[in-house]
Amino acid sequence: MNLTDLNKLINSELTTKIKNTNIENDELSIDVKVENLYQVILFLKTDKKCKFKQLIDIAAADYPDEEYRFEICYLFLSHENNLRIKIIVNFNPDEKIPSITKLYPSANWMEREVFDMYGIKFKNHPDLRRILTDYGFDGHPLRKDFPLTGFNEVRYSEKDKKVIYEKVKLEQDYRKFDFDSPWEGTKYIDEIKNKGKQDG
Amino acid sequence: MKLKTKENKMAKEKKTMNLNFGPQHPAAHGVLRLILELDGELVEKVDPHIGLLHRGTEKLIEHKTYAQALPYFDRLDYVAPMNQEHAFALATEKLLDIQIPIRAQYLRVIFCEIGRILSHLLNITTQALDVGALTPSLWGFEERETLMTFYERASGSRLHANYFRTGGVHQDVPNNLLVDIGKFCETFPKIIDDLENLLTDNRIFKQRNVQIGIVTKEEALAHSFSGVMLRGSGVAWDLRKSQPYECYKDLDFKVPVGKNGDCYDRYLCRVEEMRESVKIIKQCLKKIPTGPIKTIDGKISPPTRDQLKESMEALIHHFKLFTEGYRVPEGKVYTAVEAPKGEFGVYLISDGSSKPYRCKIRAPGFSHLQAMDYLLKGHMLADVPAVLGSLDIVFGEVDR
Repeated sequence: MNLTDLNKLINSELTTKIKNTNIENDELSIDVKVENLYQVILFLKTDKKCKFKQLIDIAAADYPDEEYRFEICYLFLSHENNLRIKIIVNFNPDEKIPSITKLYPSANWMEREVFDMYGIKFKNHPDLRRILTDYGFDGHPLRKDFPLTGFNEVRYSEKDKKVIYEKVKLEQDYRKFDFDSPWEGTKYIDEIKNKGKQDG
Repeated sequence: MKLKTKENKMAKEKKTMNLNFGPQHPAAHGVLRLILELDGELVEKVDPHIGLLHRGTEKLIEHKTYAQALPYFDRLDYVAPMNQEHAFALATEKLLDIQIPIRAQYLRVIFCEIGRILSHLLNITTQALDVGALTPSLWGFEERETLMTFYERASGSRLHANYFRTGGVHQDVPNNLLVDIGKFCETFPKIIDDLENLLTDNRIFKQRNVQIGIVTKEEALAHSFSGVMLRGSGVAWDLRKSQPYECYKDLDFKVPVGKNGDCYDRYLCRVEEMRESVKIIKQCLKKIPTGPIKTIDGKISPPTRDQLKESMEALIHHFKLFTEGYRVPEGKVYTAVEAPKGEFGVYLISDGSSKPYRCKIRAPGFSHLQAMDYLLKGHMLADVPAVLGSLDIVFGEVDR
């Protein structure tokens, strides 16, 4: 089985449950709605032809300006078929995502990490705690509106004889330069380039 | 009936003890804190607390250009730095859709295999140290030192190499480096034999590792194991063979597979993998052609010093590459390499600018450590370091 076969199989078996599929850069990705997510993943795992027995990773991304703010990408691997697949789901911050820990035990920490970094909540997760950040940490660091420098810093206080938390104080703000070229970004050059491509 | 109630009462009164292991413990391989629930000496539950080495790598990468993001990968699994760089370089190359020159491919493979030996040497010897053998680590670290001088001669630093680039490698290797690596390949198998003499048939080492931390095939897959953790359980899966990248398909090597899935089999797999790595390096040294070491596309790789002095265009390119950086076409890709510890992957989202929009790092150790609870349930407290050692955990990559 190769990617196009798999694409056909998924399209014929899961007709209404998926939004659309596409193959880009030799990778198959499938867009799914939140309510169908669990069923699609269940199918991929249990189907005799697909055999996606391993969850590789769960990667979230934040798009503050889009219709759906968050996107989660589930990466699966099938050893038997030597194929990978991406399941992509878009949703709003108030929505809860079904946890897949029952299907893949390794999803436990991956979902905890997504929760920690983005504040995305999972339904039926056995133990949704923070994982990578400090005990008592506030906020979700990988959201785009979280500043790179963070809010708090720690230091050892000689006076109190313990590590204390303080608001971040920087001598100089984090410097972010806009290097984007005013020339290359101009539209008409892109148009000329594309025209050349079409002709050639 | 009476007996039953008595038993029930006993069960209710059974007290477990909580033990805090780490975060500063020599057998924790870094900063790992384990909350162990013990019934006498039997482990009932393990709750690993990680994140003590969390540095926000993924967040930092979002704020850097692609070239500036690369050095962060050295700092993940700092035992085998170049293997990590490789995954990121491959991801950007996939988005940019560029092919790298043959010589660069061979150089990358040579240094990745050196990284594999570096990592396995550290793991085998420290695992032995955890179960009570001191000598292997002294012998192993001497070889590691030699290997790190190879890193230094190629890249300028022993650990954080920053040698790979999108489109190839930073610079060609100096004279005689490949000859010296060849010489090392001749003497190193003897060292592996010596290490094996100390450990493989060692009664204490076997008592501590055989039948400890057994993982079945199905469980290994379900827990997202990869690399040696998967192969030790009898799944013949190696990304270098199954989804070959660079020039691996032209090289002849074997994939050692374990039988029982215990700590001892994983140790044996690692030893064999070191031998295979030596074989791969030898083949590469024979086959490596001369030629360019990075893509000649001036929009991606910077011009040479000579060009910089003579050509205005080269100067402009140089300036643009080191301020704005190269732009990467929009897209989402996942690339994985067979790092020494397992499948190391990079899921890269580009929005078409010169900085990654999102870079998710898939570290093999993260899933392996997660399975601690499953692996240790019912084992003795003394098995905790043995299992932890065989998982091959490095906190740089687990915490990111």
